[in-house]
Amino acid sequence: MTSMPTLADADAGTHTGRPPRRTRRSLSEISQNRLAALLLSPTFLALALVIGYPLISAIRQSLYSQGQEFDADGFVVSDEHFVGLSNYADVLSGDRGAAFWNAFANTTFFTITTVAIEVAIGLAMALVMHHALRGRAIVRAGILIPWAVPTAMSGLLWQWIFSSNGIANQLLGQQILWTADGWPAKLAIIIADTWKTAPFIGLLTLAGLQLIPQELYEAARVDGATALQQFRRITLPLVKPVLLVAVLFRVMDVLRMFDLPYILIGSQKQSVQTISILAFNEAGNLHYGQAAAYSTLLFLYVVAVAYAFVRLLGTDLIAETRTIRKDARA
Amino acid sequence: MNSHRKRDHGYGARRVLPAAAAVLALASALAACSNASPDPAAGGDDRGAITFATGKDTSGNLQKQVDTWNAAHPNEKVTIVELPASADDQLKQLQQNAQVKSDAYSVLGLDVVWTAQFAANRWIDEIPASTDTSGLLTSAIESAKYRGTLYAVPWQTNGGLLFYRTDLLTAAGITTAPATWAQMQDACAKVKALPQGKDVSCYAGQFDKYEGLVVNFAEAVQSAGGRVFDEQGNPTVDAPQAKAALTWLVSAFNDGTIPKAAITYKEEDGRKAFQDGTLVFLRQWPYVWDLANKTDGSSKVAGKFAVAALPGLNGPGSSTLGGLNLAVSSFGKNKATARDFITYLTGEEAQRANLLATSTAPTRTSLYADAALQKQFPYLPYLQKSLESAVARPKAVHYGDVSAAIQNAIAPVIAGDTDAATALTALQANLKQLTAQ
Repeated sequence: MTSMPTLADADAGTHTGRPPRRTRRSLSEISQNRLAALLLSPTFLALALVIGYPLISAIRQSLYSQGQEFDADGFVVSDEHFVGLSNYADVLSGDRGAAFWNAFANTTFFTITTVAIEVAIGLAMALVMHHALRGRAIVRAGILIPWAVPTAMSGLLWQWIFSSNGIANQLLGQQILWTADGWPAKLAIIIADTWKTAPFIGLLTLAGLQLIPQELYEAARVDGATALQQFRRITLPLVKPVLLVAVLFRVMDVLRMFDLPYILIGSQKQSVQTISILAFNEAGNLHYGQAAAYSTLLFLYVVAVAYAFVRLLGTDLIAETRTIRKDARA
Repeated sequence: MNSHRKRDHGYGARRVLPAAAAVLALASALAACSNASPDPAAGGDDRGAITFATGKDTSGNLQKQVDTWNAAHPNEKVTIVELPASADDQLKQLQQNAQVKSDAYSVLGLDVVWTAQFAANRWIDEIPASTDTSGLLTSAIESAKYRGTLYAVPWQTNGGLLFYRTDLLTAAGITTAPATWAQMQDACAKVKALPQGKDVSCYAGQFDKYEGLVVNFAEAVQSAGGRVFDEQGNPTVDAPQAKAALTWLVSAFNDGTIPKAAITYKEEDGRKAFQDGTLVFLRQWPYVWDLANKTDGSSKVAGKFAVAALPGLNGPGSSTLGGLNLAVSSFGKNKATARDFITYLTGEEAQRANLLATSTAPTRTSLYADAALQKQFPYLPYLQKSLESAVARPKAVHYGDVSAAIQNAIAPVIAGDTDAATALTALQANLKQLTAQ
């Protein structure tokens, strides 16, 4: 060990105040890890209770069937029995399967359209909130109000706007039947959802904007950069990590979309049925096995999308955290 | 507030335990005399505080009635547990409570279409055979039965009526309400020829894709002489009457008898259109009577309309039965009190008060013949007629499946995407599978 000490050795040395020795360092690391695990155990316990247990219980329920048969007197046989994957086969074939793939397509469609529109509008909102000098507080509060309105309330509000002789039709001078099954219903959902959640993206992006040092813009101006160049070369790259987190949140939210289509359009309308609505309807009819199967499939879909998102777009994020950690150690 | 009340219950229960034991011994001795067969192990004859779970009562009248009961029965107090406003949420909450066998609810307010589910899952007790049900509407009693056994007592009922504009019909020279669909369309043609009838649409009901569509479709089928389900509970939507009914609905949408917008109408949308004076005829529940007669400016048709029985294909039509039945939860305590409370609420006195305060249709036939009530609610005789010929929806344990199947089959037909014959054939097969138990 006479060669130049590596960064890691120097690192360990400063911590122990002794000449670097590998075994000792790893031992102390092990005990440190143990302490960390001990200190974190209440958190793990809470997570296991509020996330792990319901998850496992739902997956278990999706493999069982209960109360679907009747005895000779018309009473429900309430015994629970293991049915393997038959609930999944049930929800993926026949009428239920058609409903599932339709809901899957709707969910995906709403996720892509609403998040894309919301990012564009949310970003614009953030820029306005960031730059508005006069009446800054009022602009910010105004933009945030839709987000503070409970979804169920905004569903009722938009139902009123989109009714056959509501405000939307009066403004357009036409009679579009928004809440009937069809494309207008999808459009109504996109409009109502954008109205409600673009401010959420706007708020998170605003936080990111405020972290960008003003000197960068000053330097850019000195270099003669146009406003568009400043936006593309400074604002967007620097706000991207925050924006990606906001988009990830939104994507996971829209994939579980339930109350807006349920209240605004109706639970039986195929053009806006989402997977959550299917699960809710099945549970309401006491088909708990099928409801759990739908929920589990939705869960897997959300996990897959989140994973893909982090892998494809979030690599920068993770790399950044690694550098920060390294910096902190040094 | 809530926890405080709960604590009171706990202490109270402990203190009255010896007394309750004595009462229990006495009660079980008495039970031996009656021919009722409640399970004593399940507290079938206990008395004491109970709860009544039902949807929100906006009139405040229910609380008044409960207060009257509580004053007369200080040891058997009733507390109202308010369930959510929407029927779906009410059902969900009642189901969840039943599933964990909670004793939080003693008396349940059940929509007519939920009774089968609660009975088949043994979530509610049978109503003892000794209970007097004479004087209650036969169709309402039918709705509270599962496989021939009574599981609930009808408390409120509901039947469809044809609301029509007397001013417009008189101006067009028509003196009687139409009894058939053809007569209704003729009347509309005459009204439309008038200058004041230019912008008025003919007819609407509840044709949005929800439970209302099931109700309106079933009524059309019945009014054409058919049934969605026969007496034995077998689906019969492939019969020619069902096809005639659906074909009429489609043609009514196509020729403008029913305005296009009515495909999005629920109860309230149709009521608003009628109150704005844009409809000649409207199929509605009786609650519209009071609201459309309001003279505070919210209704343009106050005093300008009357009601009649629903029209049909070749003669008078038939309504679908709505309403609320009261049942005793299998898991609640103090079931004897619960049964007495149901008798009290469904009694003539309480129902009269309820009708006066909330204009909810009563289940006691005597009230429909009451001259004083008829004066205040001129629609009562028509409503009684409607209820006498009303048909209950199928008593399916998974009623939601049946309802969804009907909605999925009928909505595309009236939207013009599928033809009636194909849809009904598919619906018949679907319903057969769903009701095969």
